[in-house]
Amino acid sequence: MVADVTGGAADAAPAIELRGISKAFGPVQANKDINIRVRKGTIHGIIGENGAGKSTLMSILYGFYKADSGEILIDGKPTQIADSLAAIRAGIGMVFQHFKLVENFTVLENVILGSEGGALLKPSKARARKLLTQLAHDYEMHVDPDALIEDLSVGHQQRVEILKALYREANIQILDEPTGVLTPAEADHLFRILKGLREQGKTIVLITHKLREIMEVTDEVSVMRRGEMVATVTTAETSPAELAELMVGRKVLLDVQKTPAQPGEVVMSARGLTVTDRHGVEKLRGIDLDIRRGEILGIAGVAGNGQSELLEVLAGMMAGTGTMTMLGEEMDLTLRRDNARTRREDSIAHVHEDRHRCGLILDFMAWENVAFGYHNAPEYQKNALLMDNHAILEDAKGKIERFDVRPPNPMLTAESFSGGNQQKIVLAREIERNPDLLLVGQPTRGVDIGAIEFIHKRLIELRDQGKAILLVSVELDEILSLSDRIVVMFDGRIMGERDPEQTNAQELGLLMAGVTGEAA
Amino acid sequence: MKTMPKWADVLLVPLISLVIAFALSALVILAIGEDPVRAMELMVTGSLGSTYGWGYTLYYTTNFLLTGLAVSIAFQAKLFNIGGEGQAMIGGLGVALVCLFIPWPNWWLAMIAAILASALFGAMWAAIPAWLQAKAGSHIVITTIMFNFIAASLMNYLLSHVLRPTTSMDPATARFDNVLRLPRLHDILGLVGIDFSRSGPANIMLFVALAFCVLAYVLLWRTRLGFEIRAFGQSEAAAHYAGISSFKIIMVAMLISGALAGTMAVNSVMGGPQRLVMNAVEGAGFIGIAVALMGRSHPIGIIAPALLFGFLFQGGSELAIETSIPRDMIVIIQALVIMFTGALDNMVRRPLELLFLALRRRA
Repeated sequence: MVADVTGGAADAAPAIELRGISKAFGPVQANKDINIRVRKGTIHGIIGENGAGKSTLMSILYGFYKADSGEILIDGKPTQIADSLAAIRAGIGMVFQHFKLVENFTVLENVILGSEGGALLKPSKARARKLLTQLAHDYEMHVDPDALIEDLSVGHQQRVEILKALYREANIQILDEPTGVLTPAEADHLFRILKGLREQGKTIVLITHKLREIMEVTDEVSVMRRGEMVATVTTAETSPAELAELMVGRKVLLDVQKTPAQPGEVVMSARGLTVTDRHGVEKLRGIDLDIRRGEILGIAGVAGNGQSELLEVLAGMMAGTGTMTMLGEEMDLTLRRDNARTRREDSIAHVHEDRHRCGLILDFMAWENVAFGYHNAPEYQKNALLMDNHAILEDAKGKIERFDVRPPNPMLTAESFSGGNQQKIVLAREIERNPDLLLVGQPTRGVDIGAIEFIHKRLIELRDQGKAILLVSVELDEILSLSDRIVVMFDGRIMGERDPEQTNAQELGLLMAGVTGEAA
Repeated sequence: MKTMPKWADVLLVPLISLVIAFALSALVILAIGEDPVRAMELMVTGSLGSTYGWGYTLYYTTNFLLTGLAVSIAFQAKLFNIGGEGQAMIGGLGVALVCLFIPWPNWWLAMIAAILASALFGAMWAAIPAWLQAKAGSHIVITTIMFNFIAASLMNYLLSHVLRPTTSMDPATARFDNVLRLPRLHDILGLVGIDFSRSGPANIMLFVALAFCVLAYVLLWRTRLGFEIRAFGQSEAAAHYAGISSFKIIMVAMLISGALAGTMAVNSVMGGPQRLVMNAVEGAGFIGIAVALMGRSHPIGIIAPALLFGFLFQGGSELAIETSIPRDMIVIIQALVIMFTGALDNMVRRPLELLFLALRRRA
């Protein structure tokens, strides 16, 4: 093993060094001549917009993809990483955005999965139990080794992922967008764990698109843009504004510009909304909501606390109990008479939080997606039998132009657009129907910064036209900057309402964790 | 992300699959001591070398067009209708009832009635699995397969006990009235002065089937119902979001599918032996699955594969007559073609995609 002594200031070889990594998928150059050095014992951030190539780069490092050219050095030693097994052998652990855990296995079983080390489980389980206790103690990551994964909170599941890597003696941990599913408090705890790992000499690579996290926890940060590594800077010497500019390649307005709301009459009113899933679990427990013309009502909360169900009940996708009136008219929550189509006819538009699964048909072309959900509209029909595809295409062209969808080609399949442009297609379709109530779930999830700015502006414009907007987002910053009123949900209940001008992320964070205002 | 040009996807992949299937078939023929080149020659001349051969090839093609179309429509809604066989059998019952018990003044009125009856019977047979899937969540693949067996047993009983003329030992209906004979290609092409063999059973149903292909295309890509069927097929969750009723789509797609499979019987019963015999469908319901797979469930795309299987069927029976190659060999060849063009599609596709990637990078 020869250390790279030409490395300069660092006395040891970098934990990870990538030299000239390139990777293309067909005509798309996902990574272009990437060079990066991650110093041992540091937390190194990698930041970039969606589609900038962060995930591809990390997938190459973890052996999911093979680079077209370039080399990987681990601890100064050139290393071939052909698959994830080789990555693990090289001491690399990866915590994915979507956990790779077996839900009905215990923590212990998940930890040894893949490295059982023998046909019989008993000895390896005993060994793992001992090591796990030790690790949990060393890094303050307490989880019950005999708990089933499905019974653990998301934050704890993430710890299991980290423990899994530590069990495999990973000295390098890669975390892909680890805080997307965590409450602010859980995220803070995660950062403490990461700092602890750093003190033990572990190297951490943190992939994120959240500038605040980068500033809070990293030592150095590398910025990627359009497949290229545009800069690596010391965190202490940079600012969020500079990083944002590096990411996008131009100056970005991080704050949303808006005038105070002018709320009018109540558009939609819900009382005692309750949803019970087929396992008998109450997902919504008696939600009361009023939303007025000309306001954005933000629903804050950690993902999975009933926000999705709330949107789907209001949109006519999920049956529930309680009452709901829209513009004075009673809606049928049992969905015997109503469905998503009748809700649209009642002037409720819905930007679904999962545009890949629901909002779009990925294999349909952009112009077909523009009609999707409104394909019964009279202006899209040629006669009683046939649709007027030409009219839809023309309409799509207009919407694509007005919403600045790029590339402006209605004949491309929805799948071939970037996340931000896909979202613009959905928004164009829903907003231009001029609904009295717009339900929006995670409007900027997986959307690049440039498009976020555009989408926020459009939502404010709609509000200023006197429409009501119900905004659900797990991004607190988004809730805080867009909403005129904020309601926090936890465990299917409303924990409280706050004025965005008079609250902050800490207070909301406590409510999101189920701690009521009085106790906070 | 598209890595291959469309022409390669639509033409090159099935073509290469086909070549591999034929190459393997050749090896099998060699292994039983026959000459594969001669076998191929015989198949080609037997099916395409004369208007007599064409008459049979196109007759089979008609069957496969209709069953292939049936599978395609259902598959556009991501419903795997394996029950084309049974639906066609029951469709045959509809044809027989219409032809036996109503005194028709001419063939075309009878044909229209037979098409309607067979479609209705086929649709009813598909309706039960469809309803079970839509309401009770029973998997349509399992139920449609089971309904094939039920249909076979039912037809068995009806033909041997109910519909068989008392004077006959044969489990089949009586012959239909001669008025009901469908015009064959000999009669139709004779009108424009083309001399076509009198004995080939290909008939006017070929044109009906082709018309159905066009209609199915219009239905899928020009109507709201087609839009909803395709949307539902691509993503059930998204269809739900759009307010499209899954019950309606499952029922309608399966009813259309069953109806199309049913109409196949008009060709194979009215256009063929002029009476309903046991096993009148001859596996066409299953061949329809392969045809739909090869044709990417596209109503126009299935025309070429339907012709291919028509050729295999007719060429295969020629082979059995002219050589000592057993009839089973044809089944093997057909199975290889189905396997390579359908099930092992990715085996050819993946390397080809990589090839195109490499070519593009060099360019």
